[in-house]
Amino acid sequence: MAYVAIADRPDELHHPHSFITKYVWSQDHKVIAIQYSIIAILVGLIALGLSFVMRLQLAFPDTFSFIDPSIYYQSVTMHGMIMVIYLLTALFLGGFGNYLIPLQLGARDMVFPYMNMLSVWVYLLSVIVLLASFFVPGGPTGAGWTLYPPQAILPGTPGTDWGILMMLLSLAIFIVAFTMGGLNYVTTVLQARTRGMTLMRMPLSVWGIFTATILGLLAFPALFVSAVMMSFDKLLGTSFFIPAVLSMGDVLETEGGSPVLFQHLFWFFGHPEVYIVALPAFGIVSDLLSVHARKNIFGYRMMVWAIVAIGGLSFIVWAHHMYVSGMNPYFGFFFATTTLIIAVPTAIKVYNWVLTLWKGDIHLTVPMLFAIGFIFTFINGGLTGLFLGNVVVDLPLSDTYFVVAHFHLVMGVSPVLVVCGAIYHWYPNITGRMLNDGMGKVHFWMTFIGTYCIYFPMYYLGILGLPRRYYSNGVTDFIPDSVSAVNIAITVSALIVGLAQLLFVLNLITSLRFGKKAEQNPWRATTLEWRTPEYPPGHGNWGPELPGVYRWAYDYSVPGAEKDFICQDEPPTEGQGA
Amino acid sequence: MAIAIAVILLVIGSVLFHFLSPWYFTPLASNWDTIDLTVDITFWVTGVVFVLVNLFMAYAIIRYRHRKGLKADYEPENKKLEWWLTAITTVGVVAMLAPGLVVWAEFVTVPEDAGEFEAVAQQWQWSFRFPGDDGVMGQSAVRLMTIENPFGLDPEDENGLDDVLVFGNEVHLPVGKPMKALLRSKDVLHNFAVPQFRVKMDLVPGLVTYLWFEPTKAGRFDLLCEEYCGLAHHTMRGDVVIEEQADFDIWLAAQPTFADTLAIPVADATAGQALYAPCAACHGMQGEGNLALNAPKLSGQEGWYLRRQLNNYKNGRRGTDPADMFGAQMAAMAGTLPNAAAVNNVIAYIQTLPDLPAAATISGDVDRGESLYLTCAACHGRDAMGIWSVSAPRQAGMSDWYLATQLRNFRSGLRGTHPQDGYGEQMASMSMMLLDDAAINDVLAYINTLPVDDKPRQVAILEQ
Repeated sequence: MAYVAIADRPDELHHPHSFITKYVWSQDHKVIAIQYSIIAILVGLIALGLSFVMRLQLAFPDTFSFIDPSIYYQSVTMHGMIMVIYLLTALFLGGFGNYLIPLQLGARDMVFPYMNMLSVWVYLLSVIVLLASFFVPGGPTGAGWTLYPPQAILPGTPGTDWGILMMLLSLAIFIVAFTMGGLNYVTTVLQARTRGMTLMRMPLSVWGIFTATILGLLAFPALFVSAVMMSFDKLLGTSFFIPAVLSMGDVLETEGGSPVLFQHLFWFFGHPEVYIVALPAFGIVSDLLSVHARKNIFGYRMMVWAIVAIGGLSFIVWAHHMYVSGMNPYFGFFFATTTLIIAVPTAIKVYNWVLTLWKGDIHLTVPMLFAIGFIFTFINGGLTGLFLGNVVVDLPLSDTYFVVAHFHLVMGVSPVLVVCGAIYHWYPNITGRMLNDGMGKVHFWMTFIGTYCIYFPMYYLGILGLPRRYYSNGVTDFIPDSVSAVNIAITVSALIVGLAQLLFVLNLITSLRFGKKAEQNPWRATTLEWRTPEYPPGHGNWGPELPGVYRWAYDYSVPGAEKDFICQDEPPTEGQGA
Repeated sequence: MAIAIAVILLVIGSVLFHFLSPWYFTPLASNWDTIDLTVDITFWVTGVVFVLVNLFMAYAIIRYRHRKGLKADYEPENKKLEWWLTAITTVGVVAMLAPGLVVWAEFVTVPEDAGEFEAVAQQWQWSFRFPGDDGVMGQSAVRLMTIENPFGLDPEDENGLDDVLVFGNEVHLPVGKPMKALLRSKDVLHNFAVPQFRVKMDLVPGLVTYLWFEPTKAGRFDLLCEEYCGLAHHTMRGDVVIEEQADFDIWLAAQPTFADTLAIPVADATAGQALYAPCAACHGMQGEGNLALNAPKLSGQEGWYLRRQLNNYKNGRRGTDPADMFGAQMAAMAGTLPNAAAVNNVIAYIQTLPDLPAAATISGDVDRGESLYLTCAACHGRDAMGIWSVSAPRQAGMSDWYLATQLRNFRSGLRGTHPQDGYGEQMASMSMMLLDDAAINDVLAYINTLPVDDKPRQVAILEQ
């Protein structure tokens, strides 16, 4: 008897029946994706709240009695770490990766569903440990999200007793969760694509997520070992990262460690991490632009190679975060060169997005607005990376508000705009209902304009020389009084942007019940996730037979075709190219 | 359509903001005009790209927005266009990178005729060292650091004896001479940055890092720590005074050498007893303090702290504000101590007085005070007994009403505003977190609950 692949034996799929197995201990990638997303968004809202602690202090110093320096620096730290790791990484890979990979590739599920389920619960555990650090003696760590030793574990910094250990433990747990999910995503992409879905026919969303996952699998171990080593320094008295120091009047027994070693390990993880967040955003926004401009993505192959090239280069640029760290200054030549080289594939992506709009049939839907907002924001944030990447230009700007503006625009706001656009785009696929359009537009405008008003002026504060991570500016001759006015304006913008996100959450919740019923493929997209027999897709995704794929994901407005899109699973007919 | 207009307006707005806003580089005060040039080049290249790409996108949105009957083009690739764009981008990148690397090569290569000085950072203060007549700095080590030898210099090393030590946050440098700063940290990461000089570098414990610059303008410049170094990071300030060589030489000659600090005679408590007689009139025979006369308890206070404050009073850094009546009184009294030896001796005598905890006069919300004190503890210690290396005096068991007065003075600017009183400035900045009298009382009420230990306290003999 011939071998029949499990994917073609639907009677053997064990459909869950109880509430618990369907929605709690679920092994369905779609449910897991939603679980990941809900946890990530909730913890992200906490981090958003922490940013208001900072902004209130900076705009109105000496006004709020609850914001003392400890609380301020703890907020800075937790805001950064949560946003980068627990929100963006988890949401793009655990959320979008889980949802899109099997559906867009025509698979029934991830190849290791049980491990997938473990992944989300272990992720939840890491979040619980992280949030628990708010309630331990001394509070969470206030070492800055980079957790640089020695200050992260020596007195003089908030949360050096318990907080830092909770943070390191939480990161280690997160990495375990990520590794279980990540191996799954990579294996699924490589092994579980349906017939005809060649790698070069995959939607760019999957390409972005796939490449980012590989980066994560290679980069997170560096963070893991540095977390273990720092815990040893803290608990066992080792000196990996601490040389001989005089701390608070006492000569410690540490000797010979190197704080710069930690920075190398951290940024060997930290720089790929930027692309772990950016590449999925690049991929997803490519698809949003193509669908809503009714036009194929321009230069698909170049886009794929650009993603791969950026992924590869991202491992040899890490020390551009360390130009003034005291590492051997001759490294600056190498890392400035690699860093500016990475600008070329990145620029190509931007050109291709814009050229996708050119001669398109642009539908200014809410997802499209977010995609365009992304391009504008990303151009701005990306170009200022050329300042900081070019070692000597970095000298006056490093450690100032210029850096804050740059990375928030490029890896904070830009990916978040894509996340929002993507949620408006795929919400009907998930829930069978549309999100409210009017609320969506208000959300977009407040977020897009608001975030630019927050960060654009910060560039100039940085050029002026205003240092970041200052609880207050104090009396400093070169800082004019007008800076306080700018800080107030920035804080007002931030509050408006925060309000807009609450509107978004409200939209997400109310549309579940009151949203307009969505037709099966409301955006008239070509990709497989809109072609499931059940809508929204049910457990196992496909009916008795898996879909076959006959074309790439971008057959929009094909000359001679009757509709302006041809789905990937539509076989070629006479007179029509495939 | 609205989005295209928004993009156009944002582009115009950004360009206008760039040219019209008052926030830009501080006037350059060093040789690094080449750094400013590379920044300008980068602004031009990226600015052109920013404007062109965004306006092109806005135009595309306007021209190809959905209307009935519009159909998109089908063009998967355009190899020629893609290669052209790649080539132009590469040219732009090279235009920015090449001059950048040339200037970086200048930065890593210190001129041979450069003078040297050392900047030493610790939580949350600066101090400085010059090599002395032999032009060579002596060896230093963390294990040698004590209250008498905060630089950790090796007394056995001949090269170190003539090293000139600068205690305090202010350093002077000559104008027009390239200077190499050797950077050393005692505890955690710090950063040496003067915005007007453009260059900066981290100080890393266990390493000596460097940077160089040639000051081109006389004046007083803020020295900032720009690498997060703990709770009081934002208060870690210094001053770099750039002046003519002759003035610099006079200033340098007035600073003690390492040998000078080793030669200071041991203080004589017996001689101090006689000097203490006028003090006793207000502060009490036992140094126990007297609320009615507004004289705080002295016994048990850190010797180095008493010395610094006596010197501050003597040198007009404290008690000069007419609104600070008690401060003015003390300034007059401190003036009667004729010289450094007298100051040392009287402090040595105070050290012999019995240290009984002062009576608590202030009450408040102890729990709230405890959480507020977390920040204070970073310098003053969890037991509030003071930590010499961060220049934070003891508070536990001292006169609480006096601490309340001083906190109010710091907040209102009666204390900690003199440019040479860097530690006072730090405290003035930190005290701003206590918003009102209730907060001050809560903190002091908490300090009153702390047990007082009776470990012997040291007299610092260093600060001149």
